[in-house]
Amino acid sequence: MRPTRRRKSLLTLMVTTAALAATAGPAFACGGVFSQNGEVNLTRTTTLAAYADGVEHYVTAFEFAGAGGAFGSIVPLPGVPTSVEEGGEWTLQRLVKEVTPPIKDVFRAEASLAAGAPAPAEVLLETRVGALDLTVLKGGAQAVGQWATDNGFLLTPDAPEILDFYARRSPIFLAARFDAAAVVDKGVSIGDGTPVHITIPTDNPWVPLRILGLGRVKGEQVDADVFVLTEQKPTLLAGQDSAGTTLDRQEPASQSLLTDLRTDKGMDWLPQSMWLSYLKVAAAPSELSYDLAIDATGKGTPSAEAAGLLGSEAGTGGTGGTGGLLGTGGSTGNGTGGNSTGGTGAEDGNTGSALALAGVGAAVVVAVAGGVALAYKRR
Amino acid sequence: MMSGRRTRLAAAVLVGLAGTVGLAGCGGPGADRTVELTVHFSRFSPDHFDVAPGTTVKLVVHNLDPIGHELIIGDAGVHERHEKGTEAYHPPRPGEVSIPAGTTRATTFTFGNTVGERVEFGCHLPGHWAYGMRGVATVA
Repeated sequence: MRPTRRRKSLLTLMVTTAALAATAGPAFACGGVFSQNGEVNLTRTTTLAAYADGVEHYVTAFEFAGAGGAFGSIVPLPGVPTSVEEGGEWTLQRLVKEVTPPIKDVFRAEASLAAGAPAPAEVLLETRVGALDLTVLKGGAQAVGQWATDNGFLLTPDAPEILDFYARRSPIFLAARFDAAAVVDKGVSIGDGTPVHITIPTDNPWVPLRILGLGRVKGEQVDADVFVLTEQKPTLLAGQDSAGTTLDRQEPASQSLLTDLRTDKGMDWLPQSMWLSYLKVAAAPSELSYDLAIDATGKGTPSAEAAGLLGSEAGTGGTGGTGGLLGTGGSTGNGTGGNSTGGTGAEDGNTGSALALAGVGAAVVVAVAGGVALAYKRR
Repeated sequence: MMSGRRTRLAAAVLVGLAGTVGLAGCGGPGADRTVELTVHFSRFSPDHFDVAPGTTVKLVVHNLDPIGHELIIGDAGVHERHEKGTEAYHPPRPGEVSIPAGTTRATTFTFGNTVGERVEFGCHLPGHWAYGMRGVATVA
């Protein structure tokens, strides 16, 4: 096995070990997997998204799961990408290791992701990374769903509603699938991950969590790890009550972590100091009806819309702490409406109430083990 | 106003479908009643309707989703067969029809004479039945 492939597989293994156990669904926080009557399987995806100087970067690793029934992946994006290229190799792996002590030590020794005839989806960008075909689409749920259907994806029955959920917020999606012929040509093996770096200008970073439940049936559970890196403490809002999502850890990111991340491909944007927050998702698909909104401005007002609350009874405004502001210690702060400053509880996330990760110039890195990583930086 | 336009549109569609069905010989001219069903977010609406004993019903299904669906109606054996079956597409024939994304299709079904009989209908594409894409017609 080639060294690079080994590293990618390890990355995926590390992430998926701590994250999604189900193989039929997406094991990442930003993409949903659709089965296809084709030749290959595309399952666990790992993604990093970063934001610096008004540009957000996602690095997503898609894992090849072998032949026999194809899967494609749809990733909701907050904006139109300007580029899609090969991503780094160890960022997510390193983040997982950071919160998994025994493995972290090992890593240190080594070291150093309606009706009628709607307008068709617009293909904004097409590219290939390794054996992976990537297409950036713009369109409503009907258009994107139709595009997926027309292109051989077999969408799960919950797909129409979930696509609609995301399209109302952002009409941008990334569709990915392995090309069977390229898989053979390039010698891709089961478990190999293909990291993809997506650069997206946006002022409003958020992490799609609901799509993790795509294709999941009753009785299954969505498990994921989410890492958030910010220059200062941001405020995180996970749906109305953050059911199934807890903030497990929050602390200044270690210099060794930042150094290791910074040395990965495409990660040199990382500032010298950051806050690390680690969230765990362990929810039934029906519980996971929300996304993770991140306010890195220091105002403490994560967007209810970005959290997927707009239109719901709890979503009373475009911004604000309505709903499940996350805090460490297993508690969830109840926002005070459209102008929450971090929830009604303690603002210190370490003491267990509202998670106050906000700050001007904050940078956020969110990684979902198995998983998505999102990095956000605002200057 | 809007509903009137929709009604006219639906009527126009029905006329077209009736012609198709008639030409295909899959429905027959003898439908006693037409029931219109809508599929949205992989759910039938309505998911229940009553029919008189011995009625031949034309089921018209409007698929508003961006994915394909199907309508299968029949007894438990029919559903079991389709749930385990591998037929990806059903041409319009009595009791079963595939409905491509964003389209309207129709089929017919003749109910029995037993009052109180419940006849299920649903979609057996992978995962759809389990997802809850089903309904019941009751002979009343």
